[in-house]
Amino acid sequence: MLTEIFITPFADMVAAPDFLMQVLWEGLVSGILYALIALGFVLIFRSSRIFNFAQGIMVVFAALTLVGLYAMGVPAWIAVGLTLVVMFILAVSIERIVLRPLVGQPDIILFMATIGITLFLIGLGEIIFGGENKVMITEELGIPTGDTVLEPWDGLLILQHLDITVVVVATLLVAALLAFLNYTQMGRAIRALGDDHQAALSVGISLQTVWVLVWFIAGIIALVTGIAWGARAGVSFALEVIAYKALPVLMLGGLESITGAIIGGLMIGILEKLFEIYWGQPLLGGNTETWFAFVLALVVLLFRPQGLFGERIIERV
Amino acid sequence: MLYRTAGQFKTTYKADQALFPVRQDAVLLAIILLFAWVIFPLTASEFAFQTLLIPIMIYALAALGLNILTGYAGQLSLGTAAFMGVGAYACYKMVTLMPWMNPILAILLSGIFSAGVGVAFGIPSLRIKGFYLAIATLAAQFFLVWLFEKWAWLYNYNASGAIQVPNLDIFGIYVAGPQASSVVQYFVVLGIVTLLTLLCINLTRGNLGRTWKATRDMDIAAELIGINLMKSKLTAFAVSSYVVGVAGALFVFMWRGAAEPNLFDIPLSFRILFIAIIGGLGSILGNYLGAILIVGLPVVLGIVPEALGLPVSSAMVEHLNIMIVGGLIIFFLIIEPHGLARLWALIREKLILWPFPH
Repeated sequence: MLTEIFITPFADMVAAPDFLMQVLWEGLVSGILYALIALGFVLIFRSSRIFNFAQGIMVVFAALTLVGLYAMGVPAWIAVGLTLVVMFILAVSIERIVLRPLVGQPDIILFMATIGITLFLIGLGEIIFGGENKVMITEELGIPTGDTVLEPWDGLLILQHLDITVVVVATLLVAALLAFLNYTQMGRAIRALGDDHQAALSVGISLQTVWVLVWFIAGIIALVTGIAWGARAGVSFALEVIAYKALPVLMLGGLESITGAIIGGLMIGILEKLFEIYWGQPLLGGNTETWFAFVLALVVLLFRPQGLFGERIIERV
Repeated sequence: MLYRTAGQFKTTYKADQALFPVRQDAVLLAIILLFAWVIFPLTASEFAFQTLLIPIMIYALAALGLNILTGYAGQLSLGTAAFMGVGAYACYKMVTLMPWMNPILAILLSGIFSAGVGVAFGIPSLRIKGFYLAIATLAAQFFLVWLFEKWAWLYNYNASGAIQVPNLDIFGIYVAGPQASSVVQYFVVLGIVTLLTLLCINLTRGNLGRTWKATRDMDIAAELIGINLMKSKLTAFAVSSYVVGVAGALFVFMWRGAAEPNLFDIPLSFRILFIAIIGGLGSILGNYLGAILIVGLPVVLGIVPEALGLPVSSAMVEHLNIMIVGGLIIFFLIIEPHGLARLWALIREKLILWPFPH
């Protein structure tokens, strides 16, 4: 038993380095998507102290809108534009109808409100688009679908072009977001609100504008994740669960840390894949990906309550 | 006028500290209990038992368990359904391993297992708080549901992977399984719910409840006045998980009749959290009001289009239901963030003063 836990997996890794590379690559692809979703959470949490549980359903909703619009005969790229418009309208209405009346309520009330939004969007999405599984319009958007086969160490390493595109686009999006937050006026406003609400308000930063903006950014992120994940697994309400995967990332990296979200996302993506392949499937009957990240985050927090990368002590309230 | 409290003087501390110091409250409760114990069992139809009375009781009990943890001790939990699952599976193992066991005793004992699991997953609460703890309880949620699926011993290695409630009887009367009648099941549920509610009311009013409330309101201050935070938080997890586990056992044995692991998935956790929050955190009454709303609403919404003769398909009704429940949650949060229990408290205040404004 002990050898199966401590020795066999590592022997397997050394014996088949090409397979290890394959596992790491797949972990990296999901990791970067987790990081992206976690970033959406972090932006909303920093600017409004709202723990946005609706992020998952926004992914589904964006993907469904895109596919639905295309099915109505709208050209693919125009459909993307229109979906962004829909996400913007969604952001404005959430801010107007839900958040504005609830300003200043305890965190848990706002959290419940986002679950209310989730239920509302599930019902609305099912009524408009129907609940069946749909195919993402991958080719129409010009996303390559082939694969490249590399042969390191006389082995086999298959890189899906789709995955490469996802990694490139997601990296660009993260870079663009960081640039936006660091070098533009609106980005500075978002960060200011994150640091100190009262001070930000007193220098004339509009709370409403920033809230609409961060929810819209979360909408863009939802669309990108929706396309990337929908291309692999089809578009259905099951996509919602990938947002849960961002939660342990937030625990590891901290709810307020942007770098934490990125590094935590990559780490969890890779580690959960490694654990599933080398420990989960042979020893535990597989499908450990549903809980591994949570338990990992839990164990880390037991020993380092400030998270893995928190240098300052964060009061986890 | 009916609710006027003037003239009800308390001459002893004991009278002042009574469970119902206002006579009208006691009368109201007596009427409700009369309905629950006598009038409903005599008049309710099979449909009413199965879609309203039994589920409302069970959901209210689960919400009560969660409310002890979240409302009284201030520890947000998103893993309620998994702890219900622990109760249900523990009860199933007990009645199949020891068929001679009294099923009601088995249900009451099954809570102890979920209390143990609850304490284990409550340990992180000593180091992390708020949303971080909420995510940590999600670890329990996902891990336990996975365990229910993979650990074949739990469902006695049967091929379907689901648990089926066998026929169980006490002195020849079937209380669970396909042969049990709804009225008997209703009485079992009602009895256990009444008992645990009474227990919880007294716990939250007593020493333990006060340490929980102090921990919730300000943990540092609580620690300074000599409250052992570890003890306070872990007892809250234990009591809460016990109640939730019993609710889970009732959920499967007295209502569903069978359960698959994904029954205890995250939507059930959220349903119970809704009930607790819409009903009112930190109140006992609220759980019942919330359960009536959340369980009753879909039933009412399902009847309305038919009654009006609207041509709506059943799938459409279901989707509309989800949408309306989502909308209502937001609506209730906006009009009264402290829940239905606060709404009732406000009405009661008005009634006491009525017809005068002050």
